[in-house]
Amino acid sequence: MSEKKELICIVCPRGCHLTVDENMNVTGNFCKRGEVYGKNEVTNPTRTITSTVKIAGGTIPRLPVKTSQPIPKGRIFDVMAEIDRLTVQAPVEMNAVLLPNVLGTGADILATREIAAANS
Amino acid sequence: METKQYDLIIIGGGSAGLAAAIAAADHGVEKILILEKEDEAGGILLQCIHNGFGLHRFKEELTGPEYAARFASEAEKRSGIEIKVRSMVLKITAEKEVHYSSEAEGYCVVQGKAIVCATGCSERTRGAIKIPGDRPTGVMTAGLAQRYLNIDGYFVGKKVFILGSGDIGLIMARRMTLEGSKVLGVAELMPYSNGLTRNIVQCLNDFDIPLYLSHTVKKIIGKERLEKIVLAQVDEKFQFIPGTDQEFEVDTLLLSVGLIPSNPLLTEIGVQIHPKTSGPLVDENMQTSIPGIFSCGNSLHVHDLVDFVSMEGETAGIAAAQFIQGTLATSEDVIRTEPGPGVGYLLPASLHCGKDADGKENDFVLKFRVQKPFQNVSLVVKQNGQILKKVKKAFLIPAEMENLTIRQADLLEKNGILSVEVSNE
Repeated sequence: MSEKKELICIVCPRGCHLTVDENMNVTGNFCKRGEVYGKNEVTNPTRTITSTVKIAGGTIPRLPVKTSQPIPKGRIFDVMAEIDRLTVQAPVEMNAVLLPNVLGTGADILATREIAAANS
Repeated sequence: METKQYDLIIIGGGSAGLAAAIAAADHGVEKILILEKEDEAGGILLQCIHNGFGLHRFKEELTGPEYAARFASEAEKRSGIEIKVRSMVLKITAEKEVHYSSEAEGYCVVQGKAIVCATGCSERTRGAIKIPGDRPTGVMTAGLAQRYLNIDGYFVGKKVFILGSGDIGLIMARRMTLEGSKVLGVAELMPYSNGLTRNIVQCLNDFDIPLYLSHTVKKIIGKERLEKIVLAQVDEKFQFIPGTDQEFEVDTLLLSVGLIPSNPLLTEIGVQIHPKTSGPLVDENMQTSIPGIFSCGNSLHVHDLVDFVSMEGETAGIAAAQFIQGTLATSEDVIRTEPGPGVGYLLPASLHCGKDADGKENDFVLKFRVQKPFQNVSLVVKQNGQILKKVKKAFLIPAEMENLTIRQADLLEKNGILSVEVSNE
């Protein structure tokens, strides 16, 4: 990295205004996590993705999901395309793995709630 | 028909109501009824599928449904808590009678010894801000769009503009972008954002969605479906600046222009309402002007973090338990609170020096929002004009609720006026 970068830390709601200089020194952070975030954000920014997938035979039509760990920011839309392809069958348990290691990112797509089968 | 008796009746099974029920059960209340109008308990969290909930409480980032599930399963473990869903409360009385209707039971009346109102808040609509123009379909509140998309599974719109930089609007900007909609921008009437900083970063900056500060929608155009909006800049008096009109061709306009606590049940029976928050006036126990009726969560004042909603629910639940058991300390001495310079509102409205559930002198958690953004200032707590406490703050923004704890030992006396102000010193 060749220049100074100004960032807003999003590790917690405090929103510290960080500066990361040429030598990867982070300033403006209130806590240690801000330093880690600042370095990461200029080298390998990542995000946890949340969305929903279709669920058949459940009490509601959409199942909320998330990536089990943050994925590279540049792959957000690729991962979304994979999530969109999923359809699951009720019942589903909280934390059920719906798609392991999505696109080789190391992150699984997990159910973030339980959905029971509808009484037909 | 015999009126069923409960110790505590909680209206609303969202984050505040669930937390209140669990805390009350853990403090010895045996018969607790939660009345929830939706199909299941969990409240608005169920449609907030994004993560970032629970950082304070659980020290991890949960999604809304995950956070709700933790509380719902805690409630389920306690045999004293009964949850009735699809049950809409129509009326309560000062004598703690609760009237509700449900598909399963019809019109019912139940009697409690105490009531906790945890009825949440509602979104301000187009009518509330009076945007001129046509009345096509495609104009809706951000929270409604969130429900359509996340719960019901509808695609809300292809080209979207968002008015208001409240958190739901920002969250929806990202959510709709991920689902393939094109979000052309977010406009905010104020010269600063009304959302949490991390939402500006993660929801707008990440996707290069422009934020138009000091801008608002001047006109809505469309025959059946929304066709376009006219955006214009405003001056410091919120008057349109001539020559700043911009047209955006969109099929959807989401409104994220504020939330109002919903308290029709309380206003109906004459509970005193706070002029700034639209929630009831409460003391440190979250007790309203009618003894034995408590309020917490977004129906008391609008929160930005659910963690604090849960805490407030617990305070109300514990106090309701004490009220039922006859141990809720009531004191003749009352400290009134009032917001000082730079502070928009300050809760609780009144404080009594007493004992908490463990028999110790109770602390007071003051909650407030500042009126505008501040940098490098101090928050000063005063009693009768004398400084009790001073806390330095690098950043303060209206979007974030602030908390300050005052201990009884900090107080000069058990009466008078307690204020919080923003100071440059």
